[in-house]
Amino acid sequence: MNDVLDVALRLLVVFVVFLTFPLIVGQTEHKVMAHMQGRLGPMYAGGFHGWAQLVADGVKFAQKEDIVPANADRRVFQLAPAVALLPYLLVLVAIPIGPGEGAVGQVVDAGIFFVLAVMGVGVLGSLMAGWASANKYSLLGGLRTAAQLLAYELPMLLAAASVAMAAGTVSLPGILNAFEWWWLPWQIVGALVFFVAGLAELQRPPFDMPVADSEIIFGAYTEYTGLRFALFLLAEYAGIVVLCGLTTVLFLGGWHGPWGADGLGWLWTLAKTGILAFLVIWLRVSYPRLREDQLQKLAWTVLVPLALAQIALTGIVKVAIN
Amino acid sequence: MTLGPPVTLAATAPQGFLSPTGVEIAFLLVGMATLGAAVITVTTKQLVHAALWLVVALGGLAVEYLLLTAEFIAWVQVLIYVGSVVVLLLFGLMLTKAPIGRSPDADSGNRWVALAVAIASAGALVWVVVDAFRTQWIDLDGAAQGSTEVTGTILFRHWVLPFEALSVLLLAALVGAIVLSRKNGDAETAEAAGTPTSATDKEQR
Repeated sequence: MNDVLDVALRLLVVFVVFLTFPLIVGQTEHKVMAHMQGRLGPMYAGGFHGWAQLVADGVKFAQKEDIVPANADRRVFQLAPAVALLPYLLVLVAIPIGPGEGAVGQVVDAGIFFVLAVMGVGVLGSLMAGWASANKYSLLGGLRTAAQLLAYELPMLLAAASVAMAAGTVSLPGILNAFEWWWLPWQIVGALVFFVAGLAELQRPPFDMPVADSEIIFGAYTEYTGLRFALFLLAEYAGIVVLCGLTTVLFLGGWHGPWGADGLGWLWTLAKTGILAFLVIWLRVSYPRLREDQLQKLAWTVLVPLALAQIALTGIVKVAIN
Repeated sequence: MTLGPPVTLAATAPQGFLSPTGVEIAFLLVGMATLGAAVITVTTKQLVHAALWLVVALGGLAVEYLLLTAEFIAWVQVLIYVGSVVVLLLFGLMLTKAPIGRSPDADSGNRWVALAVAIASAGALVWVVVDAFRTQWIDLDGAAQGSTEVTGTILFRHWVLPFEALSVLLLAALVGAIVLSRKNGDAETAEAAGTPTSATDKEQR
């Protein structure tokens, strides 16, 4: 009975994190973007600096009519937001935030593969939405999503493989147990490749041409309204949390801090994740959108060679150490 | 895809078919769901639905691997097949403007021949697998026998040569594909420059 309670409690904690962290990132994005652009951002909802803006947004979305276009493929159209959102919930289960068995939802033996595999499934949601909407802008968005995923899955996987080689394991807690501070400069190229490829997979600016609102009107999500649209937005922000958490765990040492990991390890994980999330927002404000061909060129001529070079470097250093 | 249930039946029978364990029952049920999804994949007239049912079938296979404690294989299955191959399929279907609803021409005159070939190959595979592994048992309660470490050790100790041979084969296929596409690309641009179809093709890409 105790085991059942333990599992239920872990899943509950993961679920609460899944519901709150994306909202916190979203609210931070509102405020940070506003201040970077010389505005105040939301100020009224909830009283103190508009902290409840996203709660109010959620209430608004829930009240809106849920429309399915007449020519759309009903079932696929309605299923798509769930397919886009749920994988991120599953990924959160496997990310360790502190040392020891207690600080991870579930230890997965092949953690890196689990995480990357399930994240790839989330993109199917965008593809389903793009095709089932019976809208040419949505179809273009879906096509761009697929092209982008195919281009960026490879460098992401190669960069993650480099860390797995360095640690000699593919389990996420195992990688963190093997972490040393000098991995930071050793794996820095892989970290950059992983982070950039992850941003592209999430379709965040400057890689947001699949949803480019000024040319193809939010791509695959053009026809969505109300709660289903909100679910797609939530998936995007849950994706930011997952990507930042993963980069922290794989490349930035997770719970390891300059003054040891005793007791406050989870705080280090959260702090690093938060800083990365800030970086994601900062990039959105700073860079214009890439063109589709520029994006493909970046993936195949820059990121893939860099990731391969990182793997070669990891192999050489690893052999030299042994 | 049709492998799942028959193998279990053959495997569980000598060890007590009347009192199957929970894992065996789950394996059987998932196997039937996978088989069902696979049958729908090849019989549905809606092209994109076929691709999506393929996702269900491949996901079901991954669950089967998980139930057999082959965790690493399961996640690689999801990563490669669901994450990349199906996305590529959907990409292709979108380029061909697969209609919503039934495709009138999604039917082949060869369907009975195809059925015969499918049944023959499935029968051969089931026969080979059952014949080869009928006396082998996986101890599901002990340490995982399909963990990443075990899989890696077996692959790179005992099966290095087939592994490397397969890599060379894939590399050859890759190089071949690049050579073929380059040749076709040159010819197309040379002869079809300016025709409306090639223009829309380029726009879509």
